[in-house]
Amino acid sequence: MTKEEFKKTALGGVVNNPVFVLVLGMCPTIAKSDNIINAVSLGLCTAFVLIFSNVIISALRKLIPDKVHLPAYIIIIASLVTFVQMFVSSFLPELNDSIGAFISLITVNCIILGRAEAFAGKNKVLPSLIDGVSMGLGFVASITLLGAVRQLLTMSFGSGFFDKTMGGFIVLGLMMAVFNAIFAAAKKHAAKKTALIERRA
Amino acid sequence: MDYFVGIISIVISGILTNNIVLNQSIGICPFLGVSKKTQSAVGMGLAVTFVITVASCVCWALYTFVLDPLSIGYLSTIVFILVIASLVQMLDIVLKKLSPALYGSLGVYLALITTNCAVLGTANSVISQGLDFFQTLMTGVSIGIGFTLALILMAGIREKQELYDVPRPFVGFPLALITAGIMAMAFYGFAGLSFT
Repeated sequence: MTKEEFKKTALGGVVNNPVFVLVLGMCPTIAKSDNIINAVSLGLCTAFVLIFSNVIISALRKLIPDKVHLPAYIIIIASLVTFVQMFVSSFLPELNDSIGAFISLITVNCIILGRAEAFAGKNKVLPSLIDGVSMGLGFVASITLLGAVRQLLTMSFGSGFFDKTMGGFIVLGLMMAVFNAIFAAAKKHAAKKTALIERRA
Repeated sequence: MDYFVGIISIVISGILTNNIVLNQSIGICPFLGVSKKTQSAVGMGLAVTFVITVASCVCWALYTFVLDPLSIGYLSTIVFILVIASLVQMLDIVLKKLSPALYGSLGVYLALITTNCAVLGTANSVISQGLDFFQTLMTGVSIGIGFTLALILMAGIREKQELYDVPRPFVGFPLALITAGIMAMAFYGFAGLSFT
């Protein structure tokens, strides 16, 4: 793995942020970002499953027949999710009450199957591990940011709107628009800079 | 009599008061992804309704008659997702043979139903509520109808929005999310409706 490839994979979580750029895994992002504790814990559970599913799938990629690769991936992911479910329900019962239903839904989170299909099924173990960590942290960061914003808004305007589904939709929509504007401005700035350098040269 | 009131309240809550997309925020990926045209929204909604209904009934039967008596309930996630995946695969094969026209218009979306949280979410919630078979069937149907309703409403709105001049950063998903938020606010008005 060259340095260039490493940089590209490791920055995947920012450049191809699963929530704000790829718009994947929306259900848990909106449902469980109602406060920051739910957001962080569900993010970490998802990242755990993502990292391990990436590693296991890339390690087994030559053994899994191409025709049944999707069912095989889903079984690997579902087993990891069952492990997380058991762990949370026996060691963190309070957390299980608040996000339990969404832990089992990690199985059908498009981010995980998407990375398995697009990356882990085609690459070696180490790059897949880096991709999993980067994408996982990208997801944790996004859902935590959303959770923090929603909790702040709930604290300042009272509960009943921003901690409900409708608030989740609207806050995520506005944040996505802000990020789009920032990305567009950054691109414009970069283009201007290169144009200036070219003119000087 | 109480039983029938219970069934009616399941139907009302599945379609309106507890709408799976707009109140529980489950099944948002297809809600945002397949809501650009009304026609594909209708097809997707019907296919999802079918899969949710059959999957929750099959999962209920498997859990009640196999997993629970053997006390291996912890395997439910793996078993349920296998049931859903094979059901979608079966639907794929059957539709291809019986109705190629419908298959052509659904084609891409069919495979996506496997990773629709609404299906697994309904199967899980039916088990955790401890419903009987008829209640499970009605829950599946009404949640499917609720999903279809939300999808079609959203597609109608988005078709109109295509014509409007929207600020550049809002084009695409941000606008769709804010629209969904306003729809969720409207659906929140049904919250007072209750039969029990």
